[in-house]
Amino acid sequence: MDTEKPVIEFYLDQRSGVSPYMQLVQQVKHALRLGYLKEGDQLPTMRMVVSRLAINPNTVFKAYRELEYEGLVESRPGQGTFVRKTLADASLASHGELRQGLIKWLQEAEAAGLDEESIAALFVSTFQQFHKREEIA
Amino acid sequence: MIQALEATNLGKRYGKDWALRDCTLKLPIGRVAGLVGPNGAGKTTLLHLAMGLLEPSTGSVQVLGIAPRQNSSTILPRIGFVAQERPLYRTFSVKDMLTVGQKLNPHWDMDLALERLANLSIPLNRTTGKLSGGQQAQVALVMALAKRPEMLILDEPIANLDPLARYEFQQTLMDAVAQGGLTVLFSSHLIADLDRICDYLIILSASRVQVASDVESLLKTHKRLIGPRERKASVARTHAILQERSSERQSNLLIRLNGPVLDPAWEVQEASLEDIILAYLALKSAVPFSVQHKDTQEVAS
Repeated sequence: MDTEKPVIEFYLDQRSGVSPYMQLVQQVKHALRLGYLKEGDQLPTMRMVVSRLAINPNTVFKAYRELEYEGLVESRPGQGTFVRKTLADASLASHGELRQGLIKWLQEAEAAGLDEESIAALFVSTFQQFHKREEIA
Repeated sequence: MIQALEATNLGKRYGKDWALRDCTLKLPIGRVAGLVGPNGAGKTTLLHLAMGLLEPSTGSVQVLGIAPRQNSSTILPRIGFVAQERPLYRTFSVKDMLTVGQKLNPHWDMDLALERLANLSIPLNRTTGKLSGGQQAQVALVMALAKRPEMLILDEPIANLDPLARYEFQQTLMDAVAQGGLTVLFSSHLIADLDRICDYLIILSASRVQVASDVESLLKTHKRLIGPRERKASVARTHAILQERSSERQSNLLIRLNGPVLDPAWEVQEASLEDIILAYLALKSAVPFSVQHKDTQEVAS
């Protein structure tokens, strides 16, 4: 089993300030959203993740438990942890068009004279405002 | 409940100087605990007290429910110990070291030792003095693991290794933890590695315990606050400010929470484990025990 190539290869960014546990959770969700992980795929065994990343086994356990709690994966006793649900679903189909829209917006921002950092700052602050409004509504 | 390590008012004094004082903490079984603190903070003293190598001046210490000083023949077979100097006989081959280990330890697991050394491609016929620093550390760790210990105590085992050797050492260590039944207590200056390796943290400074807590609750109870400097006093009334960086108008605070932050003027951010450790290490004096994290308060009561 360990000789098979895993469906997802975890990595840790020690400078990110994000806890290792959260990084594992986010990497699985990211792969689910972009369709790299599909229903029925088996996540790497905990032993495998532990020895590749030199990471505390409890951290991996916690990350998998969190994903299970959110209904994204299920652990089958004696077999491993499997993807239950993809996050891509119907929205994946519209990614291409949305990406085109974003590219167009980026081109406009560049044409208006914004540099990379200003573009990122504008996007993030707009995104946050947008979310705050959703919360209040 | 039996703890892997339990110290109560533990202290060690040399003449007038306290190497460790008022040390009260509990380390539950099955945890991987990092022990950090500046040089001379008492880390090695605590580890040696736990091993029964030193007699406490005050208080008591128990390892796996046993007082180590009085019961060394019972407790030592259950503890694996790796000192920074990695005590190997330099003229012995790796194989000879294993034979020594087998003769000295009743529960010696030769298969485990041979398998791990083979995985690490460490030649059994080479004398240990000719191994690289990383390989010596690995042999010392494998020797400690082959005792099949319930508790592993490591005193800065990787301080002078290069990054790759360090990583490989940690891989062997975490792999052993994943097999279950092991509590680890290790002292280290490499705090950037700790959030990957430990789930429990003990911070010593000024010869006292500043923190002895589960990493998860440590992260939950420590936050970074960014906001107007003139409102700092109201934060200080409720929470403990561990670190402050202020400009004329803005303050950036690392605090230990004592309830929620209600004032919307403050932006609350996550603090990394490294930030939290650095803040505690930089404290000039011991924070009074009463404002310590509640896990340790429970220990005190």
